Amino acid sequence: MSPDAPSSGPVAAIPPTDGLKECTVTTEGTFGPAQGSAQEGGPELVQLLTPEGERREHPDYTFDLDDEAIRGFYRDMVLTRRIDSEATALQRQGELGIWASLLGQEAAQIGSARATRAQDFIFPSYREHGVAWCRDIDPLALTSMFRGVDHGAWDPGAVNFHLYTIVIGAQTLHATGYAMGIQKDGCVGTGDPDRDTAVMVYFGDGASAQGDVNEAFIWSSVFNAPVVFFLQNNQWAISAPSEKQSRIPLYRRSSGFGFPGVRVDGNDVLACYAVTKAALQQAREGGGPSLVEAFTYRMGAHTTTDDPTRYRLQAELEHWKHKDPLARVKAYLTRNGLVDADFFAELEREADELAERVRSGTRAMPEPNLAELFDLVYAEGTPELQEQQRWYTEYHASFHDAASAEVAR
Amino acid sequence: MTQLTLAKALNAGMRRAMEGNPKVIVMGEDVGKLGGVFRVTDGLQKDFGEARVIDTPLAESGIIGTAVGLAMRGYRPVCEIQFDGFVYPAYDQIVSQVAKMRVRSRGKVTLPVVIRIPYGGGIGAVEHHSESPEAYFAHTAGLKVVTCGNPSDAYWMIQQAIASDDPVIFFEPKRRYHDKAEVNTELSAPPVPLHASQIVRDGTDATLLCYGPMVKTCLAAAEAAEQDGQHLAVVDLRTLSPFDLGPVYELVRRTGRVIVVHEAPITGGLGAELAARITQECFFSLEAPVLRVGGFDLPYPPARAEEEYLPDLDRVLDAVDRVLAY
Ligand SMILES: Cc1ncc(C[n+]2csc(CCOP(=O)(O)OP(=O)(O)O)c2C)c(N)n1
Ligand SMILES: [Mg+2]
Repeated sequence: MSPDAPSSGPVAAIPPTDGLKECTVTTEGTFGPAQGSAQEGGPELVQLLTPEGERREHPDYTFDLDDEAIRGFYRDMVLTRRIDSEATALQRQGELGIWASLLGQEAAQIGSARATRAQDFIFPSYREHGVAWCRDIDPLALTSMFRGVDHGAWDPGAVNFHLYTIVIGAQTLHATGYAMGIQKDGCVGTGDPDRDTAVMVYFGDGASAQGDVNEAFIWSSVFNAPVVFFLQNNQWAISAPSEKQSRIPLYRRSSGFGFPGVRVDGNDVLACYAVTKAALQQAREGGGPSLVEAFTYRMGAHTTTDDPTRYRLQAELEHWKHKDPLARVKAYLTRNGLVDADFFAELEREADELAERVRSGTRAMPEPNLAELFDLVYAEGTPELQEQQRWYTEYHASFHDAASAEVAR
Repeated sequence: MTQLTLAKALNAGMRRAMEGNPKVIVMGEDVGKLGGVFRVTDGLQKDFGEARVIDTPLAESGIIGTAVGLAMRGYRPVCEIQFDGFVYPAYDQIVSQVAKMRVRSRGKVTLPVVIRIPYGGGIGAVEHHSESPEAYFAHTAGLKVVTCGNPSDAYWMIQQAIASDDPVIFFEPKRRYHDKAEVNTELSAPPVPLHASQIVRDGTDATLLCYGPMVKTCLAAAEAAEQDGQHLAVVDLRTLSPFDLGPVYELVRRTGRVIVVHEAPITGGLGAELAARITQECFFSLEAPVLRVGGFDLPYPPARAEEEYLPDLDRVLDAVDRVLAY
């Protein structure tokens, strides 16, 4: 590197757009404990709708949709929560092997996902049922995964929504590479709203410690890739509180990598929408990556096999219940007379129907066919694998022949 | 004598190692307060403190990389990788650093690191939670690889692994965590060396070679075969690198027929290495080719297909029929 190379990273080279704040990192407290109360999110938190359901102004972000959209968000959240609770119940009944609940994270997911455009590509982690909902993924495609029928049955390219990724953080690099491809295709900064494209990747507070994630930060920054890192800080990575992963608020991580970060109230669907929309727009315009930390809470267990009473206090959950992402929208809609009783009754009916569909559809799923997998491993099949497939198929058949002979006897 | 599950036996073994040596530390994701997702480290943090039982950030390369440094500084880290499928972010540290440190320092730096990995399928889990990656590690010079198949071995082998000055990859058969058996915790020294295989059932007609989760499966198969008048020997290999094949060769010479059983995919699996060595050592005693029963060469399938994928009693008996037909 030449001595006169610019010492500032790409962020400084690019004018801040769309109100996404340039990263402002103060040095004070750098060597002290993390700033801001773990439960409050600190003064930097972007909030447009309070837990009481009151709209708030913010100097950098505005919610630019109408009340009809808010009703839509509410519907999304109610239905997503219903899918979630139904899936949890199905696991309890032995119909699913496991389920990772999104309870409490509905606003973060619906708000951010509704801010994408159809051409934007999304890389989820494994808890993004609300995002999947917004991408029209059939809830049965989620339960089939957690039932153990498949590893993800949709075509990522057809819906611009990748399969769930369970290996923590791996997808952040995939997202970065995909964004680099978009850039190479000339789909960034053209000014054509139908052409300009961004990528959004979901990951957690735990994932933020993973090497892959930090490499993704570096790559996206160095290549100025159009990617939004959407970090759902739900305060926990199984039993590890987020302080185990970072001593500074997570949104400030990005500054060292050279791109902006912002912390949004992850239980405020309006703020999540507004902040993500700005971040995506910056990416589409060529402004490069950004980090959105949605400050939220995992209200349930890590998964259905987890027992959170072993490591966290009930009082913490009670505290967060007051910030429930659905309750505040309901309060807003009701208080301002934007809905009538019919709205809720109709939504309730719709949720019941959906739950019934998830329930019966999951129970009726056909078992996976192992023989079929042999054809899927390679684009160009191998004789060795075909031989194994033949052996398996014959073995399997002989076994069943023997079984039916047994029955016939 | 006490009745312990395999998971509790590991816990008791680690506890004893920690009591015996203040340099032994436990580290990994969720190993502290939670006691690990399988509760194998349950209560250790409460009793030994956060300085010795460390809840790490979520980063496997970090767990192993820092364990290297801690070991260089005189500690004996016992690292937990939460599931088999999550060891790969640490693979570089294990293969390029842990395995090679001793030889490249001409013996001056030894790394007494234990890497515990719950492995194998059969628990109906989602992707990446059911794999059997032992061959990757056994293939790497500089690593020792062992696996326990019963509570008593779990209790003793984990202590022996911790006492070893070499890095040990310690595979734990997660589907057997809740199996219970007698463990004699009163012995003052381990009843069996760490790197020794054990004949767990004697027989005359064929020998089943297995380890970890498949020991129980093979014993059940041998039991079933006995009903048909076939007398099968079963060897629990226990140590996968180095192998201890002396007792195996002896059995093969007597039985003339061998079947290797593992959950891992067949191609390039440990069965291949075993078959090669047995063929070389016992060629004139063999009545049949060495057969292998293992997972198919597929990425681990969705859980509801895993019973079809994994070797089970029927697949083992099918191979027994084939090997006896020669
Ligand atoms: C590489 C890797 N290591 C460990 C795990 C096991 N694991 C699954 S979820 C999880 C915690 C993730 O926490 P976070 O990133 O905060 O996401 P959250 O579950 O809270 O949504 C861990 C350790 C994994 N899936 N992948
Ligand atoms: Mg989390």
